[in-house]
Amino acid sequence: MVPEQLKYTDQHEWVKIEDNTATVGITDHAQNSLGDITFVELPSPGTELAAGDEACAIESCKAAASIYAPAAGKIAEANQTLDDAPALVNKDCYGQGWIYKMEISDACELDKLMTAQQYQKFLDEQEQ
Amino acid sequence: MKLAFDKSVPGRRALRNVPSGVSVKAKIKQSLLRGKPAELPELSELDVVRHFTALSNRNFGVDSGFYPLGSCTMKYNPKVAERIGRYPGFAYLHPLLPQLPGGEMMVQGALAVLHDMDLMLREICGMGAFTMQPLAGAHGELTGVMLIAAYHKDKGNAKTTILIPDTAHGTNPASAAIAGYKVRVIPSDAEGVMDIDKLSEAIGDDTAGVMLTCPNTLGLFNPKVKQIADMVHAVDGLMYYDGANLNALLGRCRPGDIGFDIVHINLHKTFATPHGGGGPGAGPVGVVERLADYLPISVVREREDGTHYLDYDRGKSIGYVAPFYGNFAIILRAYAYILMLGSEGLPRVSADAVLNANYLLHKLRGAYHVPYERLCKHEFVLSASRQAAAGVRAMDVAKALIDRRCHPPTVYFPLTVEEAMMIEPTETESKETLDEFVKMMLEIADLAETDPGRITSCPNTTPVGRLDEVRAARRPDLACV
Amino acid sequence: MPFISNTDQQRQDMLAEMGLSDVEDLFADIPAEMRCGKLDLPAGLTEQEVRSRIASLADHNVTGTVSFLGGGFYDHFIPAAVEAIVSRSEFYTAYTPYQPEISQGTLQAIYEYQSAICRLAGMEVANASLYDGGTALYEAMMMALRLTGRRRIIVDESVSPIYRTMIRSYTGNLGIELIETCHDNGLPDRDAIEAELNDQTAAVVVQNPTFFGCIDNVSDIAELAHARGAMLIASVYPISLGILKPPGEMGADIVTGEGQSLGMPVSFGGPYLGFMATRTKHVRKMPGRIVGRTVDAQGRDGYVLALQAREQHIRREKATSNICTNQGLCALTALAYLCMLGKEGLSELAQVCADKAWYLQQRLAELPGVTLRHGDRWYFNEFVVDMPLPADKVIRKLMVRDISAGFPLVRYFPEMDHSLLLAVTEKRTKQEMDLFVHVLETIL
Repeated sequence: MVPEQLKYTDQHEWVKIEDNTATVGITDHAQNSLGDITFVELPSPGTELAAGDEACAIESCKAAASIYAPAAGKIAEANQTLDDAPALVNKDCYGQGWIYKMEISDACELDKLMTAQQYQKFLDEQEQ
Repeated sequence: MKLAFDKSVPGRRALRNVPSGVSVKAKIKQSLLRGKPAELPELSELDVVRHFTALSNRNFGVDSGFYPLGSCTMKYNPKVAERIGRYPGFAYLHPLLPQLPGGEMMVQGALAVLHDMDLMLREICGMGAFTMQPLAGAHGELTGVMLIAAYHKDKGNAKTTILIPDTAHGTNPASAAIAGYKVRVIPSDAEGVMDIDKLSEAIGDDTAGVMLTCPNTLGLFNPKVKQIADMVHAVDGLMYYDGANLNALLGRCRPGDIGFDIVHINLHKTFATPHGGGGPGAGPVGVVERLADYLPISVVREREDGTHYLDYDRGKSIGYVAPFYGNFAIILRAYAYILMLGSEGLPRVSADAVLNANYLLHKLRGAYHVPYERLCKHEFVLSASRQAAAGVRAMDVAKALIDRRCHPPTVYFPLTVEEAMMIEPTETESKETLDEFVKMMLEIADLAETDPGRITSCPNTTPVGRLDEVRAARRPDLACV
Repeated sequence: MPFISNTDQQRQDMLAEMGLSDVEDLFADIPAEMRCGKLDLPAGLTEQEVRSRIASLADHNVTGTVSFLGGGFYDHFIPAAVEAIVSRSEFYTAYTPYQPEISQGTLQAIYEYQSAICRLAGMEVANASLYDGGTALYEAMMMALRLTGRRRIIVDESVSPIYRTMIRSYTGNLGIELIETCHDNGLPDRDAIEAELNDQTAAVVVQNPTFFGCIDNVSDIAELAHARGAMLIASVYPISLGILKPPGEMGADIVTGEGQSLGMPVSFGGPYLGFMATRTKHVRKMPGRIVGRTVDAQGRDGYVLALQAREQHIRREKATSNICTNQGLCALTALAYLCMLGKEGLSELAQVCADKAWYLQQRLAELPGVTLRHGDRWYFNEFVVDMPLPADKVIRKLMVRDISAGFPLVRYFPEMDHSLLLAVTEKRTKQEMDLFVHVLETIL
């Protein structure tokens, strides 16, 4: 079961909401499908994004995936430790493998995100 | 194995240069010169030849053994074509010659080759005109999309999007994007071909064109291709044919007759020029008559007296996608091949390519999961999903084939099939080779169930085992400088 | 039937095993109205006939002239060992090394080639090849646009007009601002470049030696570009790097060029070899295949395709380039050539070419009315002379005397209708050069 306190997107990102700040990473399902992460192209702080915009990209040997913004806002911080240790995304995807933080301009957009139960159900449906 | 740089011995030389033979010594200003010579290897000719011979012994080509790499048409490369490709009468011809006054008459043989190829490819593909400029298949795709753009610009059409099936080769969306188009992916239907209903929903006034290969990357022919063409033409869109799979249709079905407006060909696939370890190839592009004005500038025409010339008066042309007339020495090899096959040989190529593929499919379908219950054309896709359940994936099957001195098929493409293995034997392989391959594949399937460790531990007979690709990506070591 | 192994009996056996009797059954899903009839092509020729037919076409070409043709494509000597090496079928009948364990030959060769290009150009990483020097330059521009996020490129006019034409063809529809600045007596005009540089400029593109053969130190242009956050792209002639300062030591960010001179014949237009090298920090935005070194489970060194996530088969429409098949065998040719020349050999060869070219320059300058066009510039092995007669007439008359020289300069530089672009390689003897001077003297 995925962590209860987080929210989720249908692109397999998790979102941790603290006041106006959203921390974003990829879920266990995503890191498992991609395989060993070789590189994370981190976003630049200050970049403004709309909901659904591509925030950054993540690469493994055989695949590449985009990571999107869950809501409109501005990039506040990127997890620089991933530069030297992209494997953190595999080992601790919900913790040290966080990818970026952003300041959300419209908190209502976050209501559209899935709860842990909804995401788990979404995953189970995908299996079939 | 040591690098050439590691084998260097200071002071050792291979080639002796001619002396200048003149008394002048060019003394160039110091600040324009390099401080010391570039650190290239210092080796004798014997050192060099042994080094490369050793490297070649760590390689595997079509001449080495069966090479069923799907989508690549690894057919035998005729040695006569190699001989002709090196004729000094062509090799030492400078491309600038016909652009100089009096030079055109010095290159009539070369211009005749280019002109003849244009005519022969038109007949083979059912097209109105060809350009030989594109230097590889993907380059042909980009040229083709640029032609689409030129057509729409000329007609004042506002087109933004190119539609591509989900089974397409990655070069298709990449080429479309590079030429400035948005890409929209159309899913395949249960039969494995482009879903015509989904296509219908997606086609609109903003559709510049559709890129298709036929048969598709699953080796399946789409019988509704003319309907698709009608739908696309109805919005003044253009139909683009990716010629990678032309081997299945040679001499039997021509893209121009089934609704396509633009075609690219891979000479290094269908027309037997060598793959070179990654090129050089050539990707001539053909178009229907109404698009001929947009072709790249160097078109070869024939005068009434039979002499040939380059036509530069082409105001609507997209310009130059190559410095000159294309990868001429590759075109020359393909020319020789087509001349040797002739009108009766070409349909025999497609017949035997399709026969060989179906024969393998027939004999392997029991042991491996087959995603589509149909006759295939020149290639087919198996899934190793059944074996994967026992822990043996497509990659493992590939490595096990390597130990058996067989080049693996293409794996993990197309993306729509899980644990995909795309097998294309080509027409040049014999029944014995095919039977041998079947034996290997059945043995592997059997071991996957009874003793999977013997497959997942492969390869064991090669100079290196499975390599750490993750490390190569995380800690790149891309040059020894 | 040429190249097909199976006999009719074997084909029948295979069909029988499948429960079919006719190979046409396998094409039943192609409707009759989509089939074509017999193609209107001649019957197939035997090997003997095709060799004879094409040999006679070869005889319709004239290759025996004394050639001073250049313009980016040069008639250099090719050692026999190079040809022998690239004729090995384990190299040329293989394809993309997707299965590294049986492609270590191709992969290690590419790694060595990449390393050689870096050492020549003074850069840190190189790719496995692009199609030719022109597409390499275009790809470098696109890379600079990606890296800077900007839309403006400055290209100096002394960059090959062939390449500038190609770049215009590729980028015409892409909303890129392409500015061409005029040259100053054969070299880039620094003032013109500075005037065009702004904070929307992604890169400045130069060539060394320039199209006119003039040698430059582009360090100051690199500084101008960098001061505005733009990159410097330099297109270079690899033989010249035997003695000339490499662009990596002059501040270039991306280096490209035409590798044809490294062991490939001029071949009427191809195949050629585009090379590209850059700094390590930009590698993820570099197009083309790249080979990396790694280890296997037993710690043995091995080579693999690296950073594939940039490429079309993974990134698809977001790829750095659409390139798939490149010029693999040509890169191998270049590597074999550079090994045969070696460190001292390439340096010596470059000097020989320059010596011969300087000799020809001096002899031509003695002819009445003939002047070196960019007289106070430094040259490697190519230069422009101005003559009292129109170039067209001179070129035609030289041809009649079996000497090929010149370039269609007037197509790109209308004021150069009395000028001749001349290149000299190690293959031109003193006798040939003396003959050329003598013939030109009689023509003028």
